[in-house]
Amino acid sequence: MAEGALFEFLCRMGDNTLVLGHRVSEWCGHAPVLEEDIALANTALDLIGQTQMWLGLAGEVEGKGRSADDLAMLRDAWDFRNVLLAEQPNGDFGQTMMRQFLFDAWHVEMLAALTRSSDARIAAIAAKAVKEAAYHVERSGDTVIGLGDGTTESHRRMQAALDLLWPYVGEMFLPDAVDAAMAEAGVAPDPASLRPAFDARIGAVMAAATLTIPEDDFAHKGGKSGFRHSEHLGHMLTEMQWLQRAYPGASW
Amino acid sequence: MKPSPSEIRDWLDQVPDPEIPVISVVDLGIVRDIRWDGDTLQVDVTPTYSGCPATRVISMDIETTLRDHGIDKLRIETRISPPWTTDWLSEKGRARLTEYGIAPPSPAGGPDACPRCGSAHVEKISQFGSTPCKAHWRCRDCLEPFDYFKCI
Repeated sequence: MAEGALFEFLCRMGDNTLVLGHRVSEWCGHAPVLEEDIALANTALDLIGQTQMWLGLAGEVEGKGRSADDLAMLRDAWDFRNVLLAEQPNGDFGQTMMRQFLFDAWHVEMLAALTRSSDARIAAIAAKAVKEAAYHVERSGDTVIGLGDGTTESHRRMQAALDLLWPYVGEMFLPDAVDAAMAEAGVAPDPASLRPAFDARIGAVMAAATLTIPEDDFAHKGGKSGFRHSEHLGHMLTEMQWLQRAYPGASW
Repeated sequence: MKPSPSEIRDWLDQVPDPEIPVISVVDLGIVRDIRWDGDTLQVDVTPTYSGCPATRVISMDIETTLRDHGIDKLRIETRISPPWTTDWLSEKGRARLTEYGIAPPSPAGGPDACPRCGSAHVEKISQFGSTPCKAHWRCRDCLEPFDYFKCI
């Protein structure tokens, strides 16, 4: 297996948690109630902690002396390998929680499969992260149900969020050459193999939330390959990376 | 004469968790191994949650304590596997948490009783509390809110 493919794969895992973690952290101090503010901040913290492990290993595998911080703060949009779903803007609280649930439902299956990776370093990170992801999906799923099966207004907003974000679901399951190399080496599962468990969970939650899953399975893609991110990523990085760009090497 | 690992463990049992100072880092179950590698002391520490901001402070506190006891050649390593579990919390730690007003983790997925009045009549307010390791609950008898140490 080419080391280049392993590096790509690790960047995908780490960039997903980094970009979504940063997005979720944007809520800090702005959430509708204090409990949700704390919950969102803690979720972001878990995701950033996982990023440290994934990008740390990516830098080690790459062998060019780049740290997790270098990869996070000094790459530009075209070098990011997160799925498009992760970089979508927060919108309202309902849209944020819908994005979180769709991601968590994929993440928990992916991490569970990675605990059986042929690469012991990846299995160790996954075993740590899957406990956190299991907790996240419980909360995001409950919130989607609570708001979907809530008031007329909350139901309307959650259905709008699902309709908006559904076209970003497919990319998480579309295999490419990097995925094929990982599956071949037993490092990671074929992402398509995670779809049945994802669909079962999503189906049950959306039914309980009285929300309708769109019939059209059209999928935007280009995030995890880096071929074409949405315009939102660049704006997010401008803010996230500002300090290191303006004052290279700054630390405290 | 080199102090033995069990003697060193007793020293570390005096190092408080920075967020929950009534329990020690040993009570928390995050000190995984203490051993001598020649004349260098190696201590393996595992993080509770991968993003817990207290992790770095804990490593610094452990290092300071060991240096205060005259150990100058030491190495603190972060070990993530096997992942930390609340099963590693000591009995002393669980008792101290309850006294402090934090319900200890329970495999049932929620606290057994209110840490203040002992009532089993409790409800969840939020899955997350003031730190990554806690959730927010409330007693329906004494009406006080309290922290619950999440079971993972």
